[in-house]
Amino acid sequence: MWNYEKRLQYPINIKTPNAKLAQFIMSQYGGPDGEIGASMRYLSQRFTMPNRMAAAVLNDVGTEELAHLEMVSTIVHQLTKDLSMEEIEKSGFGPYYIDHTVGIWPQAAGGVPFNACEFQSKGDPITDLFENLAADGAIIQKQKILAGKKFSLRSGYHSPIFSSIRLLYCRNSSVRLKSALRGFGSLITISCVISPGLPVSR
Amino acid sequence: MMSSNKSPNRMQLLQEINEVSLAVNDILLFLDTHPCDKKAMDFYKDTASRRRELMTLYAREFGPLTVDDALESDGDTWKWMEQPFPWEQEGGCR
Repeated sequence: MWNYEKRLQYPINIKTPNAKLAQFIMSQYGGPDGEIGASMRYLSQRFTMPNRMAAAVLNDVGTEELAHLEMVSTIVHQLTKDLSMEEIEKSGFGPYYIDHTVGIWPQAAGGVPFNACEFQSKGDPITDLFENLAADGAIIQKQKILAGKKFSLRSGYHSPIFSSIRLLYCRNSSVRLKSALRGFGSLITISCVISPGLPVSR
Repeated sequence: MMSSNKSPNRMQLLQEINEVSLAVNDILLFLDTHPCDKKAMDFYKDTASRRRELMTLYAREFGPLTVDDALESDGDTWKWMEQPFPWEQEGGCR
């Protein structure tokens, strides 16, 4: 069960629309390393996490990710407000506009729809926690690009978006996931012993 | 921190709620993996009770941010609905 709060985790107030940027940033919503994938990954994996500490981390991180996907969709919504048809055509936003106008719909920057294959839920705690660390690394890479100086200068990025992407970047959960994984320390050793075929890194 | 006897500014109060809520979110994740850390526990108690106070104050002055705070707002109409969604840049009726 969840309770909604009528506020964003970090306020977003974009004054200048920019369709091209919206097309890039929407990937952070429904793309392969997007916030929907992150949230669904954690919230789905909770059920088979045998250790209550790890389940709590997944539950609470997955919940915070819901707030992140609301932030990203707010950025896209505000970036696509009051656009002229000319701007839409010139910016390359046309293909999205044909299908969704300015509705928020989860897809990658390249137009690939959101797909559950972008995350895994395997019912095995070690597999799932490693999957999360790998996904977190990918998300950090993408946010590094989005919040980076090079990208921001080229795409006419402005500070309100920059600071909100920075918040998402700083809220990545690998530290907590590693703590959860440490709780399985002895389990990792056991699984290597009883399943000799598994790679040593497990 | 804001003084509690003066009528607060809406944006300022919301900003303070955002800040204290982020502190609560952060410490709760830490406590999930460090449930016996006394310093963290004290920090949670301080920030969570401050958050509670500010949420109630906000509901009384400007309307509820959560449905649980709807009781704090005066009047016979449903103030929860009248609150703007956070992606809207201007509030008011629409």
